[in-house]
Amino acid sequence: MTTSYNLKMLRVNLTEKSIKTEILDEALAKKFIGGRGLGTKILYDEGVAKVDPLSPANKLVFINGPLTGCNVPTGGRYMVVTKSPLTGMIASSNSGGVWGARLKYAGYDAVIVEGKADAPVYLSIHDDKVELLPAGDLWGKESTVVEEILKEKHGKDASVLNIGPAGEQLFELACIMNEADRAAGRSGVGAVMGSKMLKAIVCASTRTVIEPFDKEKLREVVTESLRKIRENGVTGQGLPTYGTAVLVNIVNNIGSFPTRNWQESYFADADKTSGETLKEKYLVKQGYCHRCPIGCGRVINLNGKTVGGPEYEPIWAYGANCGVEDLEAINEANYWCNELGLDAIGAPTTIAAAMELYQKGYLKDEDCDGVPLVWGSAKAIVEWTKHMGYGDNKLGRLMASGSYRLCDHYGVPEFSMSVKKQEMPAYDARGIQGIGITYATSNRGGCHVRGYMISPEVLGLPEPLNRLATEGKATWTKIFQDLTAVIDSSGMCLFTSFALGAPDYAGLLNAATGTNYDVEGVLKVGERIYNIERLFNKEAGMVAGDDTLPKRILNEPIPSGPSKGEVSKLNITLPQYYEVRGWVDAFPTEATLKRLDLL
Amino acid sequence: MIEIRLFATLRENRGKILFFEPENFRDADSILHELNIPASDVAILLINGMHSQPRDSVKDGDVIALFPPVGGG
Ligand code: SF4
Repeated sequence: MTTSYNLKMLRVNLTEKSIKTEILDEALAKKFIGGRGLGTKILYDEGVAKVDPLSPANKLVFINGPLTGCNVPTGGRYMVVTKSPLTGMIASSNSGGVWGARLKYAGYDAVIVEGKADAPVYLSIHDDKVELLPAGDLWGKESTVVEEILKEKHGKDASVLNIGPAGEQLFELACIMNEADRAAGRSGVGAVMGSKMLKAIVCASTRTVIEPFDKEKLREVVTESLRKIRENGVTGQGLPTYGTAVLVNIVNNIGSFPTRNWQESYFADADKTSGETLKEKYLVKQGYCHRCPIGCGRVINLNGKTVGGPEYEPIWAYGANCGVEDLEAINEANYWCNELGLDAIGAPTTIAAAMELYQKGYLKDEDCDGVPLVWGSAKAIVEWTKHMGYGDNKLGRLMASGSYRLCDHYGVPEFSMSVKKQEMPAYDARGIQGIGITYATSNRGGCHVRGYMISPEVLGLPEPLNRLATEGKATWTKIFQDLTAVIDSSGMCLFTSFALGAPDYAGLLNAATGTNYDVEGVLKVGERIYNIERLFNKEAGMVAGDDTLPKRILNEPIPSGPSKGEVSKLNITLPQYYEVRGWVDAFPTEATLKRLDLL
Repeated sequence: MIEIRLFATLRENRGKILFFEPENFRDADSILHELNIPASDVAILLINGMHSQPRDSVKDGDVIALFPPVGGG
């Protein structure tokens, strides 16, 4: 029977220099969909939760969803799943571009990388021909340089995924890049790749289509999904025209736009860094991932060079959060994150933490290598991003380990605006109560895309919720988290969820793979995925108190602006959340595990 | 004065920030009318940073922010 899974995985052991093809069990794949869900299940079963993240015992899974490579809107995404060196818990970072689809067309649902090479290598996949090749000449080189060299060698249609100097030096903020500006950005996945001395994976394929289970049915549901995406104001107009950075003005105008390392939450100069300004001054054209009808990407002009532009998150993190109003400097700093392989949320939020350390006297001028970490310094955000990525001075290396380790080093971990040691993104949980539950309970630490409560609480989608209220937020968060787990595991982009809902994803998965999900069924798989991640974290040593927010968010009211006086009411919402999840003290009960077929 | 902040496509041919005399306006809807913006084009209407409806009243000193459908993450 045809299915959009290849039912084949590669297992590459770098210590033994061996490459094997394994069969992927179809029933197991369907139980966890693929991507984030299946990747976590594989690692959990193989005992990875207990290992040292930067040791050869850690494993790195590059994994597609069943819709990756299919003719479905945004069907081109892959996940990198591993144990995070930043959080010590599960890492699963999602990326677009075309790399995931190339892997799928080459014939594999996943690549599992184990062990550690004794010298830099890269993996070349071209259909059945899979080989490890020396990468000594690539080591130390920036992302687009590596891409250019490998495309020259393997053909222009080959897709290249790689780490920059940050990953090579095992920095906890290192990411994995593909197609120059697409990133599996968070949780330090690039450091794990660096610890294995694996510089890049090149993927090329002869095949360019995936046969689904039911071609006619898939065409029908895709037509309907495309119609919804085109007619939806966000996916049909807002994102294509202004990109994600259109949020700058909205979130600032509700006074929940963290400013100067969350000491305030309104930035008077926000509009100078907005999506509107980016479009007016720097936009060259939209950027698209594989099979994407939305094109939220920004291709911009940076000093005469055409490069990938910043998303909302880095614009906020380098902008308001560092007190910087200079959009050109933000564009440049973001470019260096991509070139050097740094998480474009973690790196700038750590610079913001360093600026608070400087403001309060913990960091001195003599620590700053001639570029003081003062609020609003355009020079500081660019230069310190380079120091972090290249690791060319002491403070830069310490900063590249993330804000928690940096602030802890100076005895003030509370200046790190992180959850489970991963930095929180661009929405103040004091002024938006539901997103605080998402941050606190996200299995990979501070993160907005594990249950995007901004959608109902700020954008009013699918229906408006009062952002300051706590009532009902626990249930909403759980549903958003479970649906997100489905989307992340399917191979589609989360941004489609502004227009599509659970029935659409169930329909697409059923037509592609032959499953028979209804809405309840597909959300149950999402819940199963959320719970297996939690089991991974438990085995990795997570404790109940880890589901929390920084003291500043819980105890220090927003000092001014439209959300003045607000703090997070996590003390009310967290117990409610555990109840709707069927968890006690942060972990699933036996009854919950049984209900989800996890026992 | 009532301060009106316009964003994204709503800025086209209107500008970014406008100030209106409060006497002439009772509610947000009357402001939309003056600006020739159909209520259906406004996805988010903030009065002093709080999500509001066109029927909600406005007064001197209020800041009104208007957004078309937008999103991201
Ligand atoms: S919406 Fe944006 S991030 Fe998502 S697939 Fe399209 S271009 Fe990529």
